[in-house]
Amino acid sequence: MSAPGWAAIAFWIGATALNIHISNRYAQRVWARPFVAVLFGVTLLVLWQGLVTGLSISPVILPAPSAIAARLMDSLPLLWGDFTQTIVKGALSGYLIGCGAAVIVAILVDRSPFLRRGLLPVGNFIAALPIVGIAPILVMWFGFDWQSKAAVVVVMVFFPVLINMVAGLAATDALQRDLMRTYSANGRQSLLYLRLPAAMPFLFNGLKIATTLALIGAIVAEFFGSPTRGMGFRISTAVGQLDLPLVWAEITVAALAGSGFFGLMALIERAVTFWHPSQRGR
Amino acid sequence: MTELAKTMSAVMAVVMVIIGIWYVSAVALNSRWEYDQAARAGTQIGTAEVIERTLAQERPMLPAPHQVLAGLWQGVTGYAITSKRSLVYHAGVTLSATLAGFALGTAAGLLLAIGIVYSRAMDMSVMPWAIASQTIPVLAIAPMVIVVLASVGVKGLLPKALIAAWLSFFPVLVGMIKGLRAPDGMQMDLLRTYNAAPVQTFFRLRLPMSMPYLFASLKVGITAALVGTIVAELPAGATAGLGARLLSGSYYGQTIQIWSALFAAAILAAVLVAIVGLAERAVLRAMGMAR
Repeated sequence: MSAPGWAAIAFWIGATALNIHISNRYAQRVWARPFVAVLFGVTLLVLWQGLVTGLSISPVILPAPSAIAARLMDSLPLLWGDFTQTIVKGALSGYLIGCGAAVIVAILVDRSPFLRRGLLPVGNFIAALPIVGIAPILVMWFGFDWQSKAAVVVVMVFFPVLINMVAGLAATDALQRDLMRTYSANGRQSLLYLRLPAAMPFLFNGLKIATTLALIGAIVAEFFGSPTRGMGFRISTAVGQLDLPLVWAEITVAALAGSGFFGLMALIERAVTFWHPSQRGR
Repeated sequence: MTELAKTMSAVMAVVMVIIGIWYVSAVALNSRWEYDQAARAGTQIGTAEVIERTLAQERPMLPAPHQVLAGLWQGVTGYAITSKRSLVYHAGVTLSATLAGFALGTAAGLLLAIGIVYSRAMDMSVMPWAIASQTIPVLAIAPMVIVVLASVGVKGLLPKALIAAWLSFFPVLVGMIKGLRAPDGMQMDLLRTYNAAPVQTFFRLRLPMSMPYLFASLKVGITAALVGTIVAELPAGATAGLGARLLSGSYYGQTIQIWSALFAAAILAAVLVAIVGLAERAVLRAMGMAR
């Protein structure tokens, strides 16, 4: 192993020692947590870069982070095209349709205790199934363009959101429902002012799970056929050409999109359910 | 009626409704082809005939439930277990990779959870990244991992198992952190008054307390491992496994093959979860924690 490798290992040891020191001495400080986390992430990158150059690993196996960053900067227009095709058209539209449908169905189901009793076990069962498997069928039905990807996403996000929303609508306790009754609130009012707000923490739980599922659905569906753009298409063709830096650039975009999507939902959750104990007193 | 019977009847009703919708959509989706065929042959066909034919096409848009069941039955019992056409063979390939990955992922999750519970430095540095890693659509990079590992000479079961492990480690990690931290101050204090060593605290208090959390995570983890394995079998080159079965079915328009592979996967998932559930009941009962 040559110099960069040893330098990276030295950096790793130093950073780890610093992290241990900070977390033992300054754990209560505001800056400690983000600092330690960021330093750990940077250390991983440095270690990766150092080992790849130090051991002169072929870029066909594992490209260095610098090579990936360079490729990312080079092919921004290409990546942007893939991003709009897969994330905006496929994942986002499917996410909106699927989650919207799940919420509406949950509210309808909630009116009938019999349906709720029957639907929850079935929904739980289906949510645990490998639903990505229907991707080839939906690609066959809706064609190669983004419509089929959106359809896969709709099916994938529907059940997690549905069971969370149904559970959420049932989350009010008897005391709260009695209060609404003493106000002589009708069904619509008690739904609007009591049960929908009470369901929000559950709903956002489902919505956050669904963000990752939406990206997975949209990308995996492209493996079964897609127009000549899209992140799944690019990943599978770039792997075929052994253009690993481009693959990793796509993965970086997917990771950023996934974290951004998740973070956005978490922000909206904080704004909507500010009253919930898990959001208070930080 | 007892509670259980009520729930059962409600579930049955929902399932019946789903099957009903399925038959209606099968007729609706498949009928266009029949009408085309009839128009091409210059004949008229009646509604009853259309319905009869749409439920027995060879490559329907949407196979009817009984066709899928027949395909499933044929795939399971029609061929020798070693035959490439046997669903048991493909399910076995998928199952072995799933279990290997599940074991790897569970072990990794357990070790990381112990590290995080006992070391504040690890908690502060690893945990945020472990959470961030789950917002990445890992399944999407599955084909890359397979191809890259194949070029290094690692083939067969291990690459698939790695993806399954990556997906199943996170639920175990989160559940076990919660579980190992479940003992409250009183219980920890009690062990301190006994002058228990940290190892004893771990094995006599923390680990037993974490069991219900562990099994809840294992149920999530094993279905995640199965999904990971199936997707890892999708890239071209895989010739065995339920995922490869899905892909070849979609290449050749064999819808019944796709649906029966899908149902085989669903049954496999249900069986795996049920096995974990049985283990949970046995362990919790042996520990006197059964509800």
